[in-house]
This record gives sequence, C-alpha cells and structure tokens, in this order.
Amino acid sequence: MNKRFILIKCLMAMTVIIFSYGICSASGLDAFKGEKGVLRISGGTAHIPVIMEVAKRIMTANPDIQITIAGGGSGAGIKQVGEGLVNIGNSGRLPTEIEVEKYNLVIYKWAIDGVAPVVNPKNSIQKLSSKELQDIYSGKITNWKTLGGEDRSINIYTRDKSSGTREVFWKKALGKGDIFGRANFVASNGAMKSAVTNDPYALGYVSVGYIDNSVAPVSLDNVAPSLDTVKTGEYKVARGLFSNTKGTATGLAKKFIDYLLSSEGQKLAAEKGFIPVN
Amino acid sequence: MLFKENIARIVFLSASILSAVATLLILGFMILLSLPVLETGMIWGILTDPWSPDHGRFGILAMIVGTVYISSFSLLISFPISLGCSFFIQIIHPDSPGRFLKLLVQLMTAIPTVIYGFVGVFLLVPIVRKVFSYGSGMSILSASLMLAILISPTMILFFSQSFARVPKRFLDATEALGATSFQKLFYVILPNAWTGVFTGLVLAFGRAMGDTLIALMISGNSVVLPSSILDSARTLTAHIAMIIAADFDSIEFKTIFICGGVLYIMTSCGILLARFSVKKRVR
Repeated sequence: MNKRFILIKCLMAMTVIIFSYGICSASGLDAFKGEKGVLRISGGTAHIPVIMEVAKRIMTANPDIQITIAGGGSGAGIKQVGEGLVNIGNSGRLPTEIEVEKYNLVIYKWAIDGVAPVVNPKNSIQKLSSKELQDIYSGKITNWKTLGGEDRSINIYTRDKSSGTREVFWKKALGKGDIFGRANFVASNGAMKSAVTNDPYALGYVSVGYIDNSVAPVSLDNVAPSLDTVKTGEYKVARGLFSNTKGTATGLAKKFIDYLLSSEGQKLAAEKGFIPVN
Repeated sequence: MLFKENIARIVFLSASILSAVATLLILGFMILLSLPVLETGMIWGILTDPWSPDHGRFGILAMIVGTVYISSFSLLISFPISLGCSFFIQIIHPDSPGRFLKLLVQLMTAIPTVIYGFVGVFLLVPIVRKVFSYGSGMSILSASLMLAILISPTMILFFSQSFARVPKRFLDATEALGATSFQKLFYVILPNAWTGVFTGLVLAFGRAMGDTLIALMISGNSVVLPSSILDSARTLTAHIAMIIAADFDSIEFKTIFICGGVLYIMTSCGILLARFSVKKRVR
C-alpha cells in the first residue's frame, strides 16, 4: 500500500516537472530561470487581474520567486514605489510631473483601459447622457424615477482620492464636475463591483476589465463601453494602465515588466478585457 | 529572596512606566504632527467645515458626528443585550446552558473584525436596504448593529465577572425574601456590581469608537452630516484609513492628525468621565 503510494507520488512529481518544463520552454517565462527573491507590487486595482495571473505563472514556473500584490489605488502605488516600499507601483493614471521628478519614476505603459459607469443588471436604465450622469453625481438628479425608472433614490458609489479610476472618470465622464457628498465611498474596483452587484439601486464606475454578468455597463451618449469601442476611440473615458519603477527597472522588476510587454503578457491583458499596447 | 523581589519590582515598574510613557508619547506625537495645521489657524475651519478638498475645505465635523452616532448607537443596542446575557450566564443558569453560552461568547472575541465586516456587507446591508426601502443599506444603522455584535463579548464577559463578585449570601437572602429575577437584578446585583458594569461599558465604548474596519466596510463613508440613522456616514477612523492610503504630503494628509487627536481626546474624555462618576458613586 505504502509503496504504491510513493510510486504515485513520484509519478505525480514527474508529471508536474515535465508539465512545468513544457510551459517554461514554450514561453517568455524562460527569463525567470535561475532567478530568486521577492518582488513587491502595489497600487492600482484595475491592474490586479492581469498582475495576479502573471505572478501566478511566474511563481508556478519558478517557486524560488515570491511576488506579493497589494491594492491601495494609483496614488498609493506611486507613493510606495517612490518611497522604496515596493518594487513596482501600478497606476491607472499618468504620474504627475511633480511625482515623476520627486521620485525619479520610470513609467511603463502596458495596456489601455476604459472606465465605465455601471448599474445593477436588474436596473432597467442602462443608458445615460453625459449631462444626466453629471447631474446624478453632482446631486441634481437623486431618484431613478426622474430617468424613467423605479421610484427609489439613486445610490451613488465613488472611489477615494487615491483612485486612478476615479481620476479618469471625474476628468472625462464628469467633466471635472462635483461629486455629491452623499456618495458612498468604496476602496477598490473589486469592492465597487461587489457593491453594485448587491445593490439594485446603485450607480458606480469600474474599469472595463472588471465588467461581467454581475454588473451592467451603462451606455454613455449612446456609446456602450466595451473593449471594441474603447479601441476605436468611440468611447472616450479611457486611460492607460501603467507600471512605475524608481529609476529604470532592474532585476526581477524589469523581467516582470518585460513579460507584461511580451506577446504573451499582451495576450493575457487582452483576455482580461484590456487593450494591449504592442 | 530580597534580591529576587527587587528585580520583580524593577521589571514591573519599568513595564508600567513604559506603557504610560507610550500613551503620552502618542499624544505628544499627534500634537507635534498637527502643529503645521494648527499654526495656520485652520483649526476652527477643520472642526466645523464640510469635507470638500476640491474646494479647499477640510472640515471633519461630519466624521466626528458619524463616530459619535455609530459608537453610541452600537452601545445602546448592545448594552441591554449584554446585560441580559450575563445575567443569564451568571445568575439564572450558571450550570450547563450558561457555561455553554459563556464559551460561545469567549469564542466570539476571537473572530476578526473583517469577518464581521463581510457578514455585514453581504447579509446585513441587503436586509437593511430591503426592510427600510431607503438608500443603499450602507448606513449608521447597519454599522451600529454589526459593531454592537463586535463589542458585546467585551461587555458580557466584564458584566458576568462583576456579577460573580456579588456575595452569594446577598443573593440567597433575596431569594429567601421571594424576590423575582427582575428584582434581584435591579435591586441587588446592579447596585453591587455597578463599577464592573461601568468599566465594561467604557471599554466597549472605546472599542466601538476605535474600530475602523466595520465602519469602513459597511457605513458607506459619505462625507456629509447624516440626517437619519439610515444615512451613510464616515467615522474618524475610516476617514484616516481612507486618506492615509492616498497621500503622504497633501493638506488632506496633514488634517488626519487632527482627526487622530480628536479621537484621542474623545476616548480619553469618555474614560475620565466614567472613572470620575464611578468614584463618586462608590463614595
């Protein structure tokens, strides 16, 4: 019994080795061979689905590498990489000139992403004009009834100041208009999605990469936010996804970013709902 | 022997000095870091203005009010329940049902707050939204209910401890006189266990006020003065957590030290007040 067990284990181990060898040899993960150490990443939450998958691939191919991923928002990503707390700081907005100068940041853009207003799929209103959206967020329109929906107040959700998603949405969808004080604040793209999924009267905004069946994107001025419309430029509320390093990226950070920009990384970004840059 | 005793004395003395100094240092640190803001004379504005960084206003009044509302409501909900619970544990059924309940309560203290937060987001918030058909359900009420559960073990354990210290002969005498449970609780136990009950209350209040995660996750964090308990509100702690994630050198960031100071003063005042009234009562 025992012997058979050991045999099975050996077989399993061998399969894993062969299997992972197969992946290694066939991909850009080769670059990570022989590397070891810890790579710390934080910042933008829109990036996380892609970053997570890349990290998983790398750590599967080479268990000596440890990659930690934290959120916090674009502001936090830029500050933390600048202060040397992390190796890569992600941001969903371009770091400002002051930030770049102060921290000597080098910016790597690896995808383009749209930011879409979203409602609960049960909501009948899935089309808004820019004007209506601005009026809702500034607190002028407070009831779904005004827009032809149910007689329930509109529960607005927004992100905190650290969010690059908020920055882009505020600049390009709200025209830098006010955001009403009664808005609920959530801390990440994921938290926004779960809030809107759970609240039938919600209006929020997420990175297009986060849209699936659980939330319904809202067409803005008759343009539905999607991968295609962002790509053609029809849907205007879009931004780049950036990974920033302090000084030119070196070591693991460089290899990580190279992988993001490789054909495999770019394919992955497209799979996760973003537009590749290469 | 004497030598050993001396060592023990020194160790304990330095431990108590250390913790006292740490507390004072934190206060000093808070004041020092809020000096840049205090010097600009913005303090009055910060204490009374609305929060609107885009318009250069950094008032934290709404957060102070939110903190007071949420922590007091949670205390209001939790106090009678905890009182009843500990009465049951210690007096009515000190045998197995009481022991079982006590074990359960002790287990509750080990649950991390983030779990309560999760339960709040996915269970309580939708219920509150449905029952009251108002707003998003992320509200003072939801946060207070969840916090009430969080702080109840602290109270229950403290209360039942102080109930246990009520002399047995008092209880026997009350029973011999044919008193009902209600009379026993109100005329014998509470007057005797008063200080313990108060301490439990103060500690629980401190815990409610200091908790960050539950408020952050389920109170909605809006920045206007709440007008009903079904409105969304932001606590000082949640406010600090949100700002600290965003920035390290803006004016917003500087004002969070004022938030910390206000929080510190609020809890200290609460504790001092409680101490004072307990002393008076004992005399």
